[in-house]
Amino acid sequence: MKEIRIHARAGQGAITTASILGYAYFSKGKFAYAFPHFGAARMGAPMNAFVRVDDKPVRLRSQIYEPDYIIIVDSTLLRGFNCFAGLKENGIAIVNKREGIDIPKVKAKQKVIIVPANDIAAKNIGRPLGNTALLGAFSAATGELDVEALVEAVKQRFSGKALEGNIASIKEGYEFVKNLMR
Amino acid sequence: MKEFLEGSMTVAKSVALCRPGVISAYPITPQTHIVEELAQMIADGHLKAEFVNVESEHSAASVVLGAEATGVRSYTATSSQGLLLMGEVIFNIAGLRLPLVLTDANRAVSAPINIWNDHQDTISLRDSGWVQLYVENNQEAMDFHILAYRLAEDKSIMLPVMVCMDGFILTHGIEIVDVPSQEQVDKFLPAFKPLYKLDVDNPLTLGPLADPDYYMETRYAIHQTHKKVLKLLPKLTMEFAKIFGRSYDGLVEGYQLKGAEKVIVAMGSVCGTIKDVIDQMRQKGKKVGLLKITCFRPFPAQAVYEALKNVPKVAVIDRSLSLGSFAPLASEIRALFFNKTKRPKTISSFILGLGGRDITMDSIKQIFSIISKREVDNEFIDLKPELIKENYE
Repeated sequence: MKEIRIHARAGQGAITTASILGYAYFSKGKFAYAFPHFGAARMGAPMNAFVRVDDKPVRLRSQIYEPDYIIIVDSTLLRGFNCFAGLKENGIAIVNKREGIDIPKVKAKQKVIIVPANDIAAKNIGRPLGNTALLGAFSAATGELDVEALVEAVKQRFSGKALEGNIASIKEGYEFVKNLMR
Repeated sequence: MKEFLEGSMTVAKSVALCRPGVISAYPITPQTHIVEELAQMIADGHLKAEFVNVESEHSAASVVLGAEATGVRSYTATSSQGLLLMGEVIFNIAGLRLPLVLTDANRAVSAPINIWNDHQDTISLRDSGWVQLYVENNQEAMDFHILAYRLAEDKSIMLPVMVCMDGFILTHGIEIVDVPSQEQVDKFLPAFKPLYKLDVDNPLTLGPLADPDYYMETRYAIHQTHKKVLKLLPKLTMEFAKIFGRSYDGLVEGYQLKGAEKVIVAMGSVCGTIKDVIDQMRQKGKKVGLLKITCFRPFPAQAVYEALKNVPKVAVIDRSLSLGSFAPLASEIRALFFNKTKRPKTISSFILGLGGRDITMDSIKQIFSIISKREVDNEFIDLKPELIKENYE
């Protein structure tokens, strides 16, 4: 079983991100359960979305406390929260880049990958919605899913220009991390 | 066809496959996605039904009451305060013997305001005469709505059914669901033919005054009909299995009950978490099991008795409270063992997950650990003592 925790603010598309990720796993024959947990249930309030993936149906319904992977959509959350809480010893965190945000020091085997996802999105989609760029980065950093599965998943969600922009964002996010790792 | 579907979309698809003629609802978190999707289907021309916009849940329930009374299959969905605002009409719908199906996205009840999941809303209406079914996952949500209409509209039943699904955890949870075809659903669920209906050409009165000479028999009739539900539902699930390929008992589901020495009784999505804990503990040789209650009204006392009569230690999980008394599900379990010679040595009662307090595998392990040592009553798990100011000892 793999567990992914997404940190965002309500309205920033974390549920969509989780659902795209879940669908990508589904398209690969895996069983996924994607679900949100709202804090104050108001736009802008910190919230989480989660994806739990397994080779058999997922029955566990609790939130995720010891994720294998973390995706931070809005890194201003790091000012008030320890978004890395419970990250596995060899866990990977994908963080949306933002100036002036300090990333806490992580354990030796943990990896933090900072991606200028909003810049990538602004260029490709025309709006700074870095979610799909982060998913591309997730694919490259974790090797969990190939880009094609993610592209297939966004096709279920978007069409027209939004689809093209999001596919371009996924690919650029992926390439950005591949270049980092080279 | 297998789809990766949100729970609310699952319910909307299931309801649409049942071909309702009238839908009326008022939005409330976490139910809203269900009727939003149904309204969209109607607007897009994919579902031929009348969607009636109303100004409150009381009106929504009244509209579907009226629609059902004219012999039209109808649907509504709600949650928490919305269900309570419907409360007066809810009793009427059962009293009028109208086979409505309602989805409740289970949510805590105010005050203080809380949008998250527990079972207090539907449990508070357990005595309304409705059949209450609690689902564990989105596949069950899909299937039990289809079963609900078939059961409700059976000529020997004619009672409304409430399908209760955990708010957010299931309504906003996305997972794989096998969506049946229209042909399959049509084969299982024929068009609704009411016994009686309001019709201007053949006038009749439904639900008039019943004075002390008549009222009591109407209550007796509903009570007796509930007993028929216990016999019919398992038959319907067998027929369902033949068409859809998925089998349910309909009343209860046993998991690892064979030789089990400690069994948890629970309802809803938490059963999935419990099953995972049981698998872990069984691997270590612990004889633990689960009895899931799907049908809470009517209460399947005989099925529960058979499942638990040889189990030494039972723990009942309630996700609601009867404030000032024993927990609702635990009371039922204890009552049915009254005067029985075969019975568990201990029946403990636990309160978990009120107002969305997360239920983890550790919460469940704690329960198994506690009942190994002692019998407890109304034991709160995952309570935060640091938040409690007064001393209640």
